[in-house]
Amino acid sequence: MIEAGAAAPDFSLSDQDGHTVSLKDLEGQNSVLVFFPAAFSPVCTDQLSVYEEVLPDLRARNAALYGVSVDNAFSLKAFQGSVGTTIPLLSDFHPKGAMAQAYGVWVPDRGVATRALIMIGPDLEVLWTHQPPSPLEIPGANLIFDALDAVAV
Amino acid sequence: MLGDDGPLVFEYADLECPYCAKANLLLTDLPVRRVFRHFPIVSKHPRARVLAHALEAAGVQGRFWEMHGSLLVDQGHLDDPHLWERCEQLGLDVARFDADRRSEAVAERVERDFRSGVRAGVMTTPTLFVDGVARPGVPGAELISQLSR
Repeated sequence: MIEAGAAAPDFSLSDQDGHTVSLKDLEGQNSVLVFFPAAFSPVCTDQLSVYEEVLPDLRARNAALYGVSVDNAFSLKAFQGSVGTTIPLLSDFHPKGAMAQAYGVWVPDRGVATRALIMIGPDLEVLWTHQPPSPLEIPGANLIFDALDAVAV
Repeated sequence: MLGDDGPLVFEYADLECPYCAKANLLLTDLPVRRVFRHFPIVSKHPRARVLAHALEAAGVQGRFWEMHGSLLVDQGHLDDPHLWERCEQLGLDVARFDADRRSEAVAERVERDFRSGVRAGVMTTPTLFVDGVARPGVPGAELISQLSR
């Protein structure tokens, strides 16, 4: 996985509504990329639902979340509705997993991104990363707040 | 708190969550002391926060656990008229219940629980804390037998 201190690799992906989101759109804010293996798996459903509930707190700290998976944009649109989240979901579909590979979270034998959180600072530098010991383990929202506390110092 | 002896179990739960209803059945009658913490996931369960407020409002009139049990054994009837009916069954003052569930104090209480859960890393409901250790999901046979002793 990419390490804190590195320049965030460039990307340009479609979100669930077909809007393009690029690295430069993340300038001036703390952005947390939430890589997850697949839409509709019960585990990431809970992950994004809980993150959704703390979005106002994150916004107050100039932080935004972006989900990223290799699902196509239409699947992500359906998934977003099913979870009831407003978090934008970026489709790393074609070329498949290019962003996951650039950020070092690609799982070649499964063809998906592993579960990981990567925080990018306002100047597009990687500030913090977290990878749970198993993709079945869900990173708590508390980790994001702890990371924001740590980078604010 | 429910129960007066045995291990202390904190449970973070969402009243509209079917897994929480199952966990409640498994925990009922165990020799434990239960402390309920609200963890409503509104994006998934639109009535979750309304129900959390309703439960706290029943608590104001001293019927917290009765309302808790009533909601979790029948999650198919959670609209306002059903809540009023439950209040009548439990002998609550319905007008007071309606005022209390919209009060700031009740909202703050629920919000405080939710934030404490987020701080503790709760990411799914139910999540139990036994001896300070998080046990996410419906408690398995091993945990239930540990708590049965």
